[in-house]
Amino acid sequence: MIGSRRIFQSVIAARARFTWGDALALLIVSVLLYSGLRLAFELPAAIAGPEISTSPAALPWYALLSLARMGAAYFLSLVFTLVYGRLAARGERMGKLLLPLLDVLQSVPILSFLPVVLLSLSALVPQGLAAELASVVLIFTSQVWNMTFAWYQSLTTIPGQLREAADVFRFNGWLRFKVLELPFAAIGLVWNSIMSWAGGWFFLMAAEIFQVGSRDFRLRGLGSYLQEAANQGNITAIVWGLAALVAIIVGLDQLVWRPLLAWSDRFKLEMVKHEEPPTSWFYEVLAASRLRRWLRESVWRPTEERVDRFMVRRFPVRPSGPATVAAPSRLRLVLLAGPPAALLAYGGVRAVHLLTAVSSRQWLQIAFGTGATGLRVAIALALALAWTVPLGVAVGTNPRLARWLQPLVQIAASVPATALFPVFLLLVIGMPGGLNLAAVLLMLLGTQWYLLFNVIAGAMAIPQELSFSSDLLQLGRWQRWRTLILPALFPYIITGAITASGGAWNASIVAEQVEFGGRTHAVIGIGGLIARATALGDYPLLLAATLSMVLVVVTINRFLWRRLYRVAEERFRLE
Amino acid sequence: MTATSALLQLESVDQVYGAGQKRFTALEGISLTLADSTFVALLGPSGCGKSTLLRIATGLQRPTAGRVLYQDRPLAGVNPHATIVFQTFALFPWLTVQQNVEIALKARGVPASVRAGRAVDLLDRVGLDGFESAFPRELSGGMRQKVGFARAMAVEPELLCLDEPFSALDVLSADALRGELLELWFGGRIPARAILLVTHSIEEAVFMAERIVVMDKQPGRIVADLQVTLPQPRQRKSRPFLALVDRIYGILAGQTQPEQVEMGTAPGEPGPTRGLPDVTINNLAGVLEHLRELPQGRTDIYQLAGEFTVSSDEVLRLTEAVELLGMATIAEGDIILTPLGETYAEASILARKEIFASRIRRLPLFQWLIEILEQAEGRRLEWDDVLGTLESEFPAEEAEHQLETAVNWGRYAELLVYDDNSGMLFLELHPAEVDSKQPQ
Repeated sequence: MIGSRRIFQSVIAARARFTWGDALALLIVSVLLYSGLRLAFELPAAIAGPEISTSPAALPWYALLSLARMGAAYFLSLVFTLVYGRLAARGERMGKLLLPLLDVLQSVPILSFLPVVLLSLSALVPQGLAAELASVVLIFTSQVWNMTFAWYQSLTTIPGQLREAADVFRFNGWLRFKVLELPFAAIGLVWNSIMSWAGGWFFLMAAEIFQVGSRDFRLRGLGSYLQEAANQGNITAIVWGLAALVAIIVGLDQLVWRPLLAWSDRFKLEMVKHEEPPTSWFYEVLAASRLRRWLRESVWRPTEERVDRFMVRRFPVRPSGPATVAAPSRLRLVLLAGPPAALLAYGGVRAVHLLTAVSSRQWLQIAFGTGATGLRVAIALALALAWTVPLGVAVGTNPRLARWLQPLVQIAASVPATALFPVFLLLVIGMPGGLNLAAVLLMLLGTQWYLLFNVIAGAMAIPQELSFSSDLLQLGRWQRWRTLILPALFPYIITGAITASGGAWNASIVAEQVEFGGRTHAVIGIGGLIARATALGDYPLLLAATLSMVLVVVTINRFLWRRLYRVAEERFRLE
Repeated sequence: MTATSALLQLESVDQVYGAGQKRFTALEGISLTLADSTFVALLGPSGCGKSTLLRIATGLQRPTAGRVLYQDRPLAGVNPHATIVFQTFALFPWLTVQQNVEIALKARGVPASVRAGRAVDLLDRVGLDGFESAFPRELSGGMRQKVGFARAMAVEPELLCLDEPFSALDVLSADALRGELLELWFGGRIPARAILLVTHSIEEAVFMAERIVVMDKQPGRIVADLQVTLPQPRQRKSRPFLALVDRIYGILAGQTQPEQVEMGTAPGEPGPTRGLPDVTINNLAGVLEHLRELPQGRTDIYQLAGEFTVSSDEVLRLTEAVELLGMATIAEGDIILTPLGETYAEASILARKEIFASRIRRLPLFQWLIEILEQAEGRRLEWDDVLGTLESEFPAEEAEHQLETAVNWGRYAELLVYDDNSGMLFLELHPAEVDSKQPQ
């Protein structure tokens, strides 16, 4: 199953230059953040959340609550993905703005969304519900972006002749979605959903206990249980919580994701079979069951038929077809775009005004913090490379090793690093530079798997003939690595590293400032700064730090990763 | 509705891409009338815009200028009475064979009970009974295309368009399928009023069609319109059949023109730049060696296609290349080896390179390339910059092809060097220059 390369491919468009779309996207995000922060000034001063129990008896209920939140957030992600990706894929002009916007949004750390989300919700609904919804939306922000990219990418890569077939055979919007677009995107969407759930579990703790100024929000759930247990230094509770978490993750994997993967294999576009198809015992049980057959024949089929017929009748193909896309008149464009542009400009000015409240000392902190976090990300990445490349190559080229190591690796990878974090903290917090070490470790834990899986996939893709000919040439070990293995792995390593680096930057907000054993530990870093600014309610600092981080991450993506990615695609891709 | 005999009319259709300096005419002044109950082939070399024309005729694409009338009414959007059989089949891989046929009916609101019956009947007609529940990936190419035919016929089109339907198939399947299609058509078992076949194979057009519309490229235009009166089924080896094939080769290969006309002008200068035909040096040498073996170094171009078992498209590109290099001339559908071509065919590997180099130095495209490289700083230029200039002469994709071919030819002739690492193009230094630069 690791064979499919599209799994851990984060999305990197070919263009590397900054465009007006990028600038506009940055502006929109700044204004969005600013407006949320502006609302925050009006909130009641102190709120205390419910008590979090650390008794194992509370776990089933808590786990269910967390699962429900994750599910709701995932549903939200799916809806957002389908709508946003469709809009971005529709027109060139839309895409030019919406794609950079997505790029910027995905590099906004989850905590920076918090005030915006929470406070705008508080204005609309009662406090308790607002906190609950805010938690869902926060999880959503850690799940959604890669799914949207995947959907957009598949919408724009549907083969031309399939598209034309849909036109010629007069598919309406519904049939096109159901018969062409959704099936074509299915495999990518399933893989990305798995990634998104992993991302959601990673940030679950941050999404269930949060502080804005002196307002403390807590929600009962698995994440807050683990957090509370860590806070009390209650090892037994931590172990219980971890066990519950792993049980849920493994259960979901076996009962939901694995069957979905096995099922979605039918949507492969390639006309020939080559890779081993994914399998799932649960899927086979389901497929063979009589109940399923009955449901399919007597419930699903008639319903499907009725829905299709209704949709085809209700929304017939417009007679004008795809060939007539009238350009909007200039006047209409001005009328349509004018008010949002004015609002945006006003918001931009206000945001800049808010930024002037940031002292030069704080700007210096931001600069140092960014440097320190960047250094940590680099170290984490280097460490991850150092161990994943040798191991990945060993697993990828040795089927016997792969057979017993792969399941172990998969289970290890499925445990969210944040849940293990307290345990590590316990071990290293006493040491000199303890939290520094722990922060790097958390980044490493959160991101190394992307690298490992990609390296394994890359090693498995090295053609046999090339291996044989380097045997025949009697290349020494080092020469073999230099001429065959490393160049062949390069595209895979880059693909993995792009995802890993993005993840590491995002992880900094939970890694650089932690509550542990009733005390707050912090190190210098942009993530820590953001966490602190959120906790203290220092909104100007929060805005400044968030924008700085976004700018740095987007710049690194454009100027380092995209370039490397292009080199990898053009020079080192083994066809 | 009046029963006119014209099903489809194209009136002075133009298709232009891009704007300003980078403006290219893909189709120019196409006028075409399709009568009822005919089998028409639209024949032309690749890049002549015949597929674009098909898309315009079906309403998938709107032309830059001109009108498309279907039964005397202007076409608005996709023509509901037309359907296409695609080159790559365009089946939905996740639907079974029967579902693939049924989906076309479902989109038109045909109820389930009727759908299934009609799909099974059509699959039966094309010889696919028993495969209803198979997935396309389980079928061979030929069988997949049969599903494509069944699907197209399911909607009972008045105009059935075939977009190179046999070119993705192996030779035997393609042959079998052609025969079966003709059988269905002449047996009146295809519910269509006209068939429009787009193809680049001269033989295929002559084998199947009642009328052949011949197109040529740069810009895409109609150059001939022939009625084929040979009785069906046609014999490929019969004299009239071969005569017609020969005649069409003659039309498409043209006559060798005076050199200035043949070569065109350099990029950036007024007048069209002659593009390089996309052929490999090996194939080119193969043709010349083959011609040398023949009496007087002369043969019919269609025979060349037979000898090499390559498509007519490829043969036309090869003849164009040898003609452009002055190694052969074309007259009345024949290709004749020139003394230069003969010398080349007999020469050693190194001598061949020299002859080739001296010939391509005469081509305006190479003269221009060498000149700008000589003037450039360090006598080197970035690939992308050269490409950018070429793009004012050719459409973007074609410009890339042209540069690739030029670099391939230039590398063989030891005129050009391209370094993939740096993306730089430079001139190969001659031994004398190397000596003067690096005194030993």
